[in-house]
Amino acid sequence: MKAEKDDLAPTITKLKELTYEIKIGQAMTKDVITVPPHTTMCELREVLKANRISGTPVVENGQIIGIISLEDLINAMGVCGPISTKKNGEDISKIQEKNMASVRENMNMTTVQENMTLNPETLYADEPLASAISKFNKFHYGRFPIINRQEDLVGIITQSNIIHAVLQHLEIAYYREEIHDQSSGHVLEDIIADEVKLILRYHVNAEDFDHAGEASSRLKKTLHSLGFHPQTIRRVAIASYEAEINLVLWGKGGELQVEVQPSQIKLETFDTGPGIENIEQAMQPGYSSAPEWVQAMGFGAGMGLPNIKACTDDLKLESTIGEGTHLKAIIYINEI
Amino acid sequence: MTIRELLELIEGEVITENIDLDQKVKMGCGSDLMSDVLAFTHEGTVLMSGLTNPQVVRTAEIADIKAIVFVRGKYPPQKTIDLAKEKNIPLLASKYTMFETCGRIYASGLPSCGVFDLTTRQWEDKFK
Repeated sequence: MKAEKDDLAPTITKLKELTYEIKIGQAMTKDVITVPPHTTMCELREVLKANRISGTPVVENGQIIGIISLEDLINAMGVCGPISTKKNGEDISKIQEKNMASVRENMNMTTVQENMTLNPETLYADEPLASAISKFNKFHYGRFPIINRQEDLVGIITQSNIIHAVLQHLEIAYYREEIHDQSSGHVLEDIIADEVKLILRYHVNAEDFDHAGEASSRLKKTLHSLGFHPQTIRRVAIASYEAEINLVLWGKGGELQVEVQPSQIKLETFDTGPGIENIEQAMQPGYSSAPEWVQAMGFGAGMGLPNIKACTDDLKLESTIGEGTHLKAIIYINEI
Repeated sequence: MTIRELLELIEGEVITENIDLDQKVKMGCGSDLMSDVLAFTHEGTVLMSGLTNPQVVRTAEIADIKAIVFVRGKYPPQKTIDLAKEKNIPLLASKYTMFETCGRIYASGLPSCGVFDLTTRQWEDKFK
């Protein structure tokens, strides 16, 4: 259960971060439905129904003069009797009494102007979502008109807009994080220098089959910590493993050295073994000079050197009989 | 295919304890030659093998192999089991031969890693 809690924590922080990062202008609905003040309440009902909205700003000469909502519509009908509500500082029971006489007739007569809320709360488009969220918490209104710094109406925001915007950004943030995590050795790139090279060296013991491959395993983990792409890691790990096994099988042990840079990884092995007689032949897939006991261990398929060649971009193999062998392979990092 | 489903198909047993049986494998590979495994497998493979020495586990780790099935009742030595536990690679046992184990799994729809085009002499990965 501890793992679950740790999983949630970064998401909640990320959410909070996003509410400051995302601007209201990015989340709001831009095509705002508005009504002029002389609209009758019946006409308003049609507008709300047709657009499936619960309220609209009231606009005259391009200026917001009020806001009208479903609640105002219900209150204006006053069918359950006048509700002693104050609106804009005035008692609206007179309007409700008028409405009670003949609801339909009066709904045709009473206008938006008589029922709207004056001086509505607004938000600026360049404010962060966090401001909108605080406002929703404070006022419990369904929507806020959004204005630019010149006080023109540019949009409207509901809580639904906020949810959509945050979800969309969360998805993008997650995607970007995944991609960034997979960029070539971003840990190395975080080091500020003209040239960065990390050198890893492993001693490989002769004929130690129990530990043969352990160096490559450690190298693989290190590359993962450094933030390399899984495909890159796989190529290096396979090349390293095959080279390491060769050191144990043929080279009488030796050194495995890896030079890691953001743009490439260089893999080298050095041994003082008997050397390779015919390099070209050794590079042929399926060719193996492995004795029985090696084959019994699962090696000697003759794929070692060909595998290294397939995984790397540049391979050099030098060998002198009686002195030893030097293998050098480079893996170039491709930008994803 | 989940490891649970695979075990049913081969009427097999688990060798290493505490395996997540709901893990999925994407493709299968049967081989006793480790370099072949490195040349031709992909991440998410289940490996069928008769090779029981620890190198099979090392190969699996390098190649991101999901699980190893030892065929024809071959039981690995403790060294191999210990290494598998350390590297968190499930070991399973099948009573069937390599041929039948692979056959049963393949017939149920688990694909292979790819195919070798004899004309172009090129290996084609099935999963990129």
